[in-house]
Amino acid sequence: MLKGKAFKFGDDISTDDIVPGRLAPLRSNLPELAKHVLEDLRPDFVSRLSPGDFLVAGKNFGLGSSREHAPLSLKMAGVGAVLAKSAARIFFRNAINVGLPLLICDTDAIDEGDELEVDLASGKVHNMTKGTQLASGRMAEVMLRILEEGGLVEYIKKYGDFELP
Amino acid sequence: MGKTLAEKILSWNSGEDAQAGDIVIARVDLAFIQDTTGPLTVRQFRASGFQRVANPGRTVVFLDHAAPSPNRELANDHRLLRQFAHQVGAQLFEVGEGICHQLVAERFASPGEVVVGADSHSVTAGGLGAFATGMGSTDVAVAMALGKTWFRVPESFRVCLRGDFPRGVYAKDLILHLIGSIGADGATYRALEFTGETLSKMSISDRLTVANMVVEAGAKVGLFPSDEVTKGYLEEHGRGQGYRPLAADPDASYERTIEVDVAGLEPMIAKPHAVDNTAPVQELRGTKVHQVFIGTCTGGRLEDLAVAASILRGRRRHPDTRLIVGPASTSILIQAMNAGYLETLVEAGAGVVPPGCAACLGVHQGVLGDGETCVSTGNRNFRGRMGNPEAFIYLASPATAAATALAGEVADPRGFL
Ligand code: SF4
Repeated sequence: MLKGKAFKFGDDISTDDIVPGRLAPLRSNLPELAKHVLEDLRPDFVSRLSPGDFLVAGKNFGLGSSREHAPLSLKMAGVGAVLAKSAARIFFRNAINVGLPLLICDTDAIDEGDELEVDLASGKVHNMTKGTQLASGRMAEVMLRILEEGGLVEYIKKYGDFELP
Repeated sequence: MGKTLAEKILSWNSGEDAQAGDIVIARVDLAFIQDTTGPLTVRQFRASGFQRVANPGRTVVFLDHAAPSPNRELANDHRLLRQFAHQVGAQLFEVGEGICHQLVAERFASPGEVVVGADSHSVTAGGLGAFATGMGSTDVAVAMALGKTWFRVPESFRVCLRGDFPRGVYAKDLILHLIGSIGADGATYRALEFTGETLSKMSISDRLTVANMVVEAGAKVGLFPSDEVTKGYLEEHGRGQGYRPLAADPDASYERTIEVDVAGLEPMIAKPHAVDNTAPVQELRGTKVHQVFIGTCTGGRLEDLAVAASILRGRRRHPDTRLIVGPASTSILIQAMNAGYLETLVEAGAGVVPPGCAACLGVHQGVLGDGETCVSTGNRNFRGRMGNPEAFIYLASPATAAATALAGEVADPRGFL
């Protein structure tokens, strides 16, 4: 069970918003890169984030580049999970591969600062502040398994190959 | 039931009867990384305990994004990648040799293959009929090591093209029009499959430009059938043996069909800060522009430099508008030299940078100043993309870009042809 408060963002948050190209020199220094996530949109995001808090966004989250540094640095900055109405394909897969949970649900029902509880196994999102419950879309079985192992590296270390259910 | 192109290629490469919605494990024919995503691939490769790649001759490392390296950190990333390529026997393309997607098209991708790259514009090779898609660093690390990956077989949209391109209207205008009409998430997770009578008149350069940008509508892959045009291109590049004709079955099932009469199109432009924020160039006429960039994996091919040169020949860029030209590969650079395009462009006031991504991603060679505006032939205009969140990026065809360099403000190329 994940617990934290919501940081609300809009639609179409791109990987250039999350980790802009100008920070490319920091890409081999992830702890430093993580201090800058989303700074062009919200300069105080990282400083206000407590470990486990949720990034709540609108549609098409993570569009753009394939840079896996985007979900990795969100995770390293302390984001517990991303909740969005929809997510770009490469970002979604990357997030799961690095062990950052990403749930698709109707985020209109969540406001900035709401306290949330997320149960990954059932995909249920409990909005404690509003006393409401949200269901999230089910992800492919292979993705769930990768997430359960904590990411693709751990999964491959364990199985040595892809195991389709 | 018949198969879409996506279903066909994934069936061949997985040995399954692949249908949209299935999850399959497919053989990977080509896996590549570049210098901004590659270092993480190398680390994840090592963290997973891998020593070898499945297919060294089809594992490629490109130094193109920040090349020549602009600083110490990126120079060290280049070092790491050279060492890795040497260690596993992968092919290495050095600084100045060109942009990964252009080199993949020239040297590697063939119809019916599965191509994965740690770069979202890996979809470019769909112009040659390859199931080509972008993935993250870790996925590509695993694909390199195992020679395979998993895919969810995508549902396909069919894009039917008819008519001839009017004067001054190009493949870039077509794809901007398409993205503008379906939206930046209009094709998320889908394959876009192009068909129709217009195809026989579209060069591989045109097809690569269109396939390149399908990811800006969220698509997983943009597929062109493989035909005589494809055959000609492969032969020209000494790879005729890789040709095989390839088309979707006539009774394949599509989630949606989009019809475009290209004869009705006009020059298009994408306004800041979203690729689907499109408008006809006419509506933006007069917008002051500080920098024009003709290059990238979308708009840096020989045909692009040719059209720009034809507009700039015997003329001079506007004094307040700088012009940066970046050929997409060494072979394009040489051909542009031999054809006299480079001389024309330089005489018109262009600064030419070596083949590579150059100004496209905002690390060097054309970072914008605060409040400045750029017209680029690239594929992304997100806030901050060219190194400065206070700058404004417009995307257009090479012809529109060249006309804009002359006028110093957004200009319709039809007035200059
Ligand atoms: S030219 Fe631009 S879009 Fe193309 S690969 Fe390079 S950075 Fe990416």
